[in-house]
This record gives sequence, structure tokens and C-alpha cells, in this order.
Amino acid sequence: MGKTLYDKVYDRHVVYQGEDQPSILYIDLHLIHEVTSPQAFEGLRMNNRVVSRPDRTLATMDHSIPTTDRLLPFRDEVAKKQVKTLEENCREFGIQLFDLQSEKQGIVHVIAPELGLTQPGQTIVCGDSHTSTHGAFGALAFGIGTSEVEHVLATQTLKQDKAKTLAINITGELPKGTSAKDLILSIIGKYGHDYATGHVIEYRGEVIQNLTMEERMTVCNMSIEMGGRAGLIQPDEVTFNYLKDKQYVPKGEQWEEALSEWRLLYTDDDAVFDQTVEFDASEVVPQVTWGTNPGQGAGITDVVPSPENLPITQRKAAEKALQYMGLQSGTPFDSIKLDKVFIGSCTNSRIEDLRKAAKIVSGYRVADSLHALVVPGSQTVKRQAEKEGLDQVFIKAGFDWRESGCSMCLGMNEDVVLEGERCASTSNRNFEGRQGKGARTHLVSPEMAAAAAIKGHFVDVRNWVTKEREEVGS
Amino acid sequence: MEPFTSFTGTAVPLDVDNVDTDAIIPKQFLKRTERTGYGQFLFYDWRFKVGKERQDFILNEDRYQGASVLLARKNFGCGSSREHAPWALSDYGFRVIIAPSFADIFYNNCFKNGILPIVLSEDDVDLLFQRTNEKKGYQLSVDLESQRVIDSHGFEAYFEVTPYRKRLLQKGLDEIGSTLEFKDKITSFEEKHRIYYTIERNEKASI
Repeated sequence: MGKTLYDKVYDRHVVYQGEDQPSILYIDLHLIHEVTSPQAFEGLRMNNRVVSRPDRTLATMDHSIPTTDRLLPFRDEVAKKQVKTLEENCREFGIQLFDLQSEKQGIVHVIAPELGLTQPGQTIVCGDSHTSTHGAFGALAFGIGTSEVEHVLATQTLKQDKAKTLAINITGELPKGTSAKDLILSIIGKYGHDYATGHVIEYRGEVIQNLTMEERMTVCNMSIEMGGRAGLIQPDEVTFNYLKDKQYVPKGEQWEEALSEWRLLYTDDDAVFDQTVEFDASEVVPQVTWGTNPGQGAGITDVVPSPENLPITQRKAAEKALQYMGLQSGTPFDSIKLDKVFIGSCTNSRIEDLRKAAKIVSGYRVADSLHALVVPGSQTVKRQAEKEGLDQVFIKAGFDWRESGCSMCLGMNEDVVLEGERCASTSNRNFEGRQGKGARTHLVSPEMAAAAAIKGHFVDVRNWVTKEREEVGS
Repeated sequence: MEPFTSFTGTAVPLDVDNVDTDAIIPKQFLKRTERTGYGQFLFYDWRFKVGKERQDFILNEDRYQGASVLLARKNFGCGSSREHAPWALSDYGFRVIIAPSFADIFYNNCFKNGILPIVLSEDDVDLLFQRTNEKKGYQLSVDLESQRVIDSHGFEAYFEVTPYRKRLLQKGLDEIGSTLEFKDKITSFEEKHRIYYTIERNEKASI
């Protein structure tokens, strides 16, 4: 029997396969940030242990940092201490850190791919559930807790049982005016918030092959929102073209060797998944979530659902969600007014996301009633956007143009949505209180967020007329 | 970590699907660099309103004070990988969580922190919710060795746990120490395992 892509990557990292314990799996790349690492370093110190492979470990600061002027002092003393602790830990243990002064700083899942550290066939971990993002390159990448961060720091391995596999075959064609974000939100909406628990998902089919690397990252990023342990996409020419000439990618003869190795990373024709589902992308419409988990979403042309029309197992959660969200069943989505718009996060803060949003925004003004901000995923993305003049498009329209970080995705810094406020967000989670206590989050694509910022309420971006009179939709 | 063998405690029913780790421990408490003291922040936004306890939240009811067994619904612990979630649950006093399903990362994190997450069928969980609501001071007992949950009214259910995770809880195993016993194997693996880059050392490194 053939092997799945997951089997191939997993198997080539098994250091020791025990009878009475999970396999010891070698970890190629360990990404660290300020929030989930301090207790792990403290554990190392208490046990007189060292970091096994600083040369396979990279740190940055992203979660709790301000996105305002970097020359200003931190206003939050607790966050300041956390960032300082990361600096001290990285110095003490010899770990490379891209700090707030670094031109390579950014959201951990944005910078590793853009530096070329994320490579096909690797195992990648980070104390962050959205590590699944890196699966877009055919790397086995997943989030871990702080105890496991400490385990990887000390041993460069993890003890892990093999997961089950789920193939999602995506057929048809993604309609014009819809995006990778709409695709993954539609999939999660169809199958549910916990459908992939215990599984590694492989996204397959022509629709996936036609996505750019950044779009593939958006899809894999949200695997965890279906409960998936990780998301995977077979590396192909799109992947190799993206990687070529990136900083940490091999050059010359080594590049050729790497390519011939990476070309073997595919699921064999006769491999068997534990589960396989088909998803038709042709039916995808721009998505808006109405509830408090990413599976509670619908198309922009729909209305807010009535719990009694949902399957019985979902009703109670839907009622609770609608109450929290302050939404009436039957309300058309395009009549829902907004207080904030956030374009950013490890899901949608890369250069293509900003280009798409800027194209919508260009020549328009943000609605007076709301506050909108764009937070680039990294300093590299920010510089590129400024080079292309996208910052000016956003600023002229009335958006705040910020420094890179996680920002309003989880509101650990000052970028929060206030109690009762409603936010259109390009991030990944609409949980209660996620963007701030009592905050109401609607997950959307960058295009949908941009259009909503201009109109002050949701609109169907397929009907958007750009100022150059160029139809975005068909 | 306190070894886990058998345990009896008061149960509290949290009747909500998909309880995420943002709800278990909101982000404003993740800036601390300590591993302890998170119990006071557990379910913060549900437990407190402007610093005062909300009487409409189950954990604040008199009859559930001192509860150490949490009854929960499906997909408990979904979302973020923050280990602050089990730290908060454990610090508050929970040693056992019973639900029809758990999110993977949270489930795994529990075993590192002396909490036993138990998966029972929807029907069994429904029954336990019913009994907890009906009987004041309702207690559940868990025996890890025989992998059983029982009450004093005839309920008995078997649960699955891998032998390794069972040992982890029973013995309070030093996982890193046990992996480091394989140091030679890791080193020889590294010698033949190819990685195409080296991340530079921190130029400010003190060692």
C-alpha cells in the first residue's frame, strides 16, 4: 500500500519507535514567541538544561507588542516584561531573535515562509495553534503547548503518536470574486468546527493547485479551526517558484538536490486516507461568520439563520452565539453595520492580501462611523507595500497603517474591539471575547473587509465597482 | 506534579459546546511569565463582571464551591494552544474533566499538568449532567488504574487512555529526562538527516 504525504513526512522524522511510548519525532524548525515560551525557558534553567539546537530555533515577538510607533516606549508594563524576558532568554540560550528593531520582525507564521525557513518535508512546531499555516509547503507543522516547547528546546524532538488522515478533495472552480478565505470558511462551515479533530488534513485537487502560496497559507492556517492537527498541501512548481532565492533556501547545486527530494513529497495513488470528503468549490460565495466559532458562517447573500432551522445538535450553541453577537435571525448580512474593520493576522496579512484590499479601497473613503486599520504581517510585507504605494491608498482612504504584529486578531495589545462593538476581521477566530471583552467578531476575507470599511456595513464584494470601473467579480 | 491514581470530587456541569481556550483563560492574562497563579483568572469573562462574581455563572453557585471534576460538552478546549488553560483549570482545583470530545492540543496539554481528561459517550455525559443538576453535592470517583468513572448511584463507565499517558499521570514522569536517555539515537539521526539551512546564533548571546 502506498503512503500519504503525511506518512512520508512523519516517517522520515522518526528517531525512535517505541512499543510502550509514542514515537520520538525529530523537529526541523522550532519557532518561538514571547507568550508561550517564558515558562519553558524557566523549566530549562530549573533543570540545568540547555537548548539542544539553537541553529534550528528562531524567535520573534508578535503577540503582545504594540503596533504603533516603535520609537515610543511600551505603555503596558506586563507586556514589556514579557518581551524583555524573551530577549534575555534568547541571549542566554544563544537563540536568534528578530526583535522590534529588526527589519525581519513579524508574525511568526508570516516571517518563516518569507525567509524561506519553511521548506517542504520539514517538521515545524511553535507554541501557537496556527502553526498549521506552514503545511502549505508540504511541511508537517502544528501547534504545541509550553511543556512541549520546553521538550523541543531541550531535545529537538517531540513524543508523538501518529494522527489519522483526512483528505479534502476540492473540485470545481473557485468563482470570480471569491477568495481562499471564502473557500476555507465554506469548508469549515459545511463540516463543522471539530470535524477534523485527531486528523491531519490534506487539501487536494485542482482548485488547491491553482492557488498561490499565500492563498494556500490562508487555507492551511485555518485547519485548526476545524480541529485538524495540521493541514498539508503537496508541494509543486508553485511552491518551488515561491521558495527560490529566499534567504534560507539552498542555492546552486544544493537547490537542485533539494528539488529532487521535494518532488517525492506527494501522496501515492494507492495510498489510503482514514477519511475522504469531496468539496465543490463552484458553490462558494463570499463568507461572513455570524456566530462565535468559525464554523458558524454563511454567504453574504444569506440572512442570519434561525436556530430552529439548524440541525438539533447545533441549536443551543447557535442561540447562545446569536445572543452574544446581538443578531436577529432573518437579518440580511448586508444590513449589519460595523464599528471596526481589521485587516491583518497570520491568516490574511501578506502582500497579496494587502494588494487585494487596496484595490477595493483605492479612491474611496472609510465610512465615518467606523475605525479601520491595516496591520501588515511583517516588516518585510510592510516595506513591500510601501514600495508599491499601498500604504498611501489605505491612509488616504482613512485607514490606520500600523507596524507588524498579531494586533487585533487576539487583542493582547492596545488594538482591541470594545464591548458591544462589531468588527469585520480578516483573522481566524470569532470566539467570545477574542478581540476584546464583549467584542463581536465577523470573519471575512480581506476584500470583504475592505469593502465593508468603505460602506460601513457588509456588502457583496462580487458587485464592487473599483474606481477604475473595473469589475472585481464577473 | 502530584501523581494521579484515584480521585473523588464534586462535579460541576458546564453546559456549553465548543468551550475554547480564550474562554478558559482570556488573553489579558497571557502576558504573565509565571506558570502558577492562573486559577483566579479561570473563565474570567464568564465568572466576573466589573471585578464582581456573576451569580448567573455555574462556578459561582454555592453548591459547586470546591468542585474538582468538570463536566463539559463536545470539543472542549478548542482554539489556541495556550497551556495557560490547563494551568488555570488545575490551579482552580480541577483534576478531572469529562466530555464527549476534546480538542487535540488541549487534551495533550492536560496530561502534562496532572489533569485527567476523560472522553465518555454523549449519553453517559448527558446522564452525568442530569445527576449533577438533580443531586446537590453530587460526586464522581475516578480510578485511573482500572480506567473507570463511578458514582454512588450505580453509574460506571470505562474510558480509554493510552498506557503512556496513564503512566505520565500516575508517576509524574519527567518526559524530557526520559527522551534525553535517547540522546545517542537523536545525535546519530541528526548526522544523516539533512536540513538545508543553519540559523545564525544570537550575536548578543552570553554563552
